[in-house]
Parts: sequence; C-alpha cells; structure tokens
Amino acid sequence: MTTLVIAEHNNEQAQASTFNTIAAASQLSGDTVVLVAGHDCQAVADQLAQAEGVNKVLVADAEHYAHLLAEDVEKLVLSMAEDYSHILAPASTFGKNCMPRVAALLDVQQISDITKIDSDDTFERPVYAGNAIATVKSNDSKKVITVRSTGFDALAYDGGSAAVKSISSVDHVGTSNYVGEELTVSERPELTSARVIVSGGRGMGSGENFAMLETLADKLGAAVGASRAAVDAGFVPNDYQVGQTGKIVAPELYIAVGISGAIQHLAGMKDSKVIVAINKDEEAPIFQVADYGLVADLFKVIPELNEAL
Amino acid sequence: MKILVAIKRVIDANVKVRVNADNTGVETANVKMSMNPFCEIAVEEAVRLKEQGVASEIVAVSIGPQQAQETLRTALALGADKAILVKSDDDLESLAVAKVLKNIVEKEEPQIVLLGKQSIDSDNNQTGQMLGALLGWGQGTFASQVKVEDGKATVTREIDGGLQTVALGLPAIVTTDLRLNEPRFASLPNIMKAKRKPLDEIAIADLGLDVAPRTETLQVSNPPARKEGIKVETVAELVDKLKNEAKVI
Repeated sequence: MTTLVIAEHNNEQAQASTFNTIAAASQLSGDTVVLVAGHDCQAVADQLAQAEGVNKVLVADAEHYAHLLAEDVEKLVLSMAEDYSHILAPASTFGKNCMPRVAALLDVQQISDITKIDSDDTFERPVYAGNAIATVKSNDSKKVITVRSTGFDALAYDGGSAAVKSISSVDHVGTSNYVGEELTVSERPELTSARVIVSGGRGMGSGENFAMLETLADKLGAAVGASRAAVDAGFVPNDYQVGQTGKIVAPELYIAVGISGAIQHLAGMKDSKVIVAINKDEEAPIFQVADYGLVADLFKVIPELNEAL
Repeated sequence: MKILVAIKRVIDANVKVRVNADNTGVETANVKMSMNPFCEIAVEEAVRLKEQGVASEIVAVSIGPQQAQETLRTALALGADKAILVKSDDDLESLAVAKVLKNIVEKEEPQIVLLGKQSIDSDNNQTGQMLGALLGWGQGTFASQVKVEDGKATVTREIDGGLQTVALGLPAIVTTDLRLNEPRFASLPNIMKAKRKPLDEIAIADLGLDVAPRTETLQVSNPPARKEGIKVETVAELVDKLKNEAKVI
C-alpha cells in the first residue's frame, strides 16, 4: 500500500492545503509519495522533501504543467496510478477540478472532502452543507480522495529528508489551454489557513465600509472573509466568500459581522473554535452557533472594538 | 449548436435537513424538493446562449425517480426545448451519473454540456469533471463567465486565489458557479407551454451500463453540536471574554 499525494503549489511554494493532505495520507497504512507537477518547480519539491510524513517526492516538470490544468494532471496521474492504492489531493478548487477526472478513468467513485479517516477504506465526510456527517466505505480497489484541509492538522514542515526524483511528463493534451489569471492581491493571511478571520455580510452596507473590518483584521493579524450576500452585492471579490459554495474555514476565532447566518454560510465556518457574532438582529441564526454574541449596530461597535484592541 | 444541460432534483436549499432516526440518511418524506441551485444557473446559461444565437437547441436531462419529471418541466418552462428523464429509483453515485450522461451525450451529440458545479445534497462536485474525462473533453469548471465564439469556449473560472481563464476546444464541459448568472423565473404562460414540449423517458436498465454502487454509506449522523454561547452587553465585555476566557486574542 502506497499513497500518492498531489501537491498544490504555485511553482514557488506548496500551498498550506498540501501539508494538511500529507497529514491525512500519514494516517493511512503505507508510504506517502508526493507528486509535484509544475514548471520550474524544483523549490516546491525541495520544500516538500523536508516535510514530516513524506517518504518520496516525484517531480514532473514541463511547461504545460505550469497552471495545473485538469486535463494534463489527469493524464500524468493516470500514467503512474498503478503503483498506488490511494490517491489524495486537497479539496481546493485545484483538487476538485482534477481528481474526479482521474477517478472516472480509473473507474472509481471518488470520495470528496473527507474530514476524518476511520480506516484505509472508510472515511467521514459532511453532506447537505455540513448538516449531516456520512461515514462512507469504499469498495473500489483504488481510493481517489479529496481532503478537507480543516479536518487534518498539518505535520511539521521540516525534519523530513525524502528523496526527490524526476519523472517524465506526458504530452500536453490540448483540449484546454491556459489564457490568463487575475489573482486577488492581499497582504493579509490566506483565508483557509488564517488563525483569525473577520467576516462581513450584507449588513456592512457597502464595500467602503469593509475598511472598518480591515482595520480590525490588521489589529488581530486576521484574514478578511465575507458572506455570499456581501460578494453578490459587489462589496468584496468572490474569493473572500466563506460557505458551502466558497471556502471552508476553521480558524481559532471567527468574527461574523452583519452576517445573518444562512445554512450555506454556516457550512463554511461552524467548525471554528470560537465564533463571535455581531448583529443588530437578535433573532439572526448566527447567534445559535456563536460562543459570544453582541446584539448591536456594527457601525457603532466595530470602531469601538478597533479602539479597544 | 446543441447544448445539453444536466439537472438534479434535490431537497430545497432552504430546508433545514434532519438526520433520520435509524441514521441511514436524512428525512426526505414530505420535504420540499427543487432543482439544484447550480443546475438552475446551468439552465439559465444555456437559455442565454440560445438567446445570443450561439445555441439552436437545448436538451435538459435528469436521472432520478418519476418525480424528477417536474424538475425537467421547470427546465422546459425556463427555455429548454426538450427533456430526457432517465428513470432510476436508486440514488446514483456521480460515477454512475457520468456514465449515463456519456451515453446520452453520444446519442444527442451536443457541443457543450452544462452542469452545476455541485449538488447541494451530496456536495460531491464530481459529475461534470467525470463526464469530461469519460468523453475525453476539456472542461471549464466553476465558471463565472462563458463566451462561445470561433469554435471555442472561453471560460473564466473561480479559483481559490481569484479568477482563471481557459480556452476550450469544442465539444466541452462547463460547470457553473454561483456568479455566472441570475436565473430567471418561469412565467405562467411558459409553464403552460412547457407541458406540451417533448419529454422522453428511458429506464436506466435499458442503457446496459454498470451503475452499481461502489461505496456503502455505513452511517449518517448529526454533526457535533456546539455548546451554547452567551450574549455579551458591551464591546469591553467581549474583548475581556476573548482575552481571558477564550484566550484567542
């Protein structure tokens, strides 16, 4: 039994979710091999070779892997799949994009977004926007899995000394070609790995008012998130969205400001350790999951909070 | 060109689901069912492509029990031209759904297949990608913008750090994200007209595909409950609790 973890990275460094996925792989029997497909990505391979829990790193370096298109990752992983009993990737937009293609061609039913490993073939995963937890046993010969990063604490980033080996790439498939990217630039910590998150909803009223939350976030070293309502209203870009259809987070402290707490939003944050809700509507569902609730006008209390910190 | 839209009947997005008493699933008796929200967006996009003159025909397909017919009628009322119901009383896994869709695609020969990015019941986010792989087509998942011209589809995708644009040769798969469009409502005259549009029914067994489940759901349980919180009266009290009780700041 050997597990293959497909690394998510930007050709310079591995994303935090890759380390959570390695932690999940370490709970399975057998060795963990990490695949780094990319372009000019040696730094990523060297970084992952030092991570705890990694036994070997394989590098496939080719220009057409630079943006990790699903069609190309699929062919590469299929070319090497026979050596592995489990194939894992983070349940990020990257893993969700590639892995079902791999599973389909291996004729395997993928298990998505696992939060717990019960045994080598039995896993737990949330369904219905996190309102139920399903325990699923896979009878497929190979397990193709995406891992919810907030379900597994990353192991140490150093201390390991895995061998790094180059492998050959597969030709560019060409059914899909990269055109361009527009990434959101932020000085703040990344949402999915932040220790503290300050999120705003429709109650913020406008994009300009998010400046108050940014001040609060900077005081707490936090990332800024948002509900779908705030994104749809154009207050903030869509990669800020926390929820069933956005990002799933589980920080130590989640501060929800002007967010009512719809089922779809709760699905993305209700595993946070401490939840604070600030809302003027006493009946807002967010108060049912909040550890600390403050019923008040956010435009009055956020400046006060910024003052107090 | 022809567009195929795959749609799923699910428990309505606003229903608070309950795990059933014997922990085998969730309560579905007397629960409101609707078209999966991402599928509504897929239907809307297909209709817009037809309105732009890109598409000439829209075929809606659903796999499910007899009642999924209602969901298909909704798609017809929104602008689909014909519908296909593949009847199955079992809840199929996404691999099986992808195999059935491949079979339908081979018969209908669409240039674009539109699907939602995920269904809000199983939360799998797999079917579109699996179908793409089985057909050997390119895919634009989590689409927030779709342009079809000069024999290719240019799809802007929502990715974790922002947006990415890919160009796909046709035929191709597109799965919809929330911000792709705002679905319209079906008007009463269109609901009436939809009743006369063709709706073919196929028994899944007649397709001769391997749709046997590969996984067993051993148990469905409630997520761990959070302990009840408290309400604080002032900002000072909140800061004090976070510092000294929760010790998170």
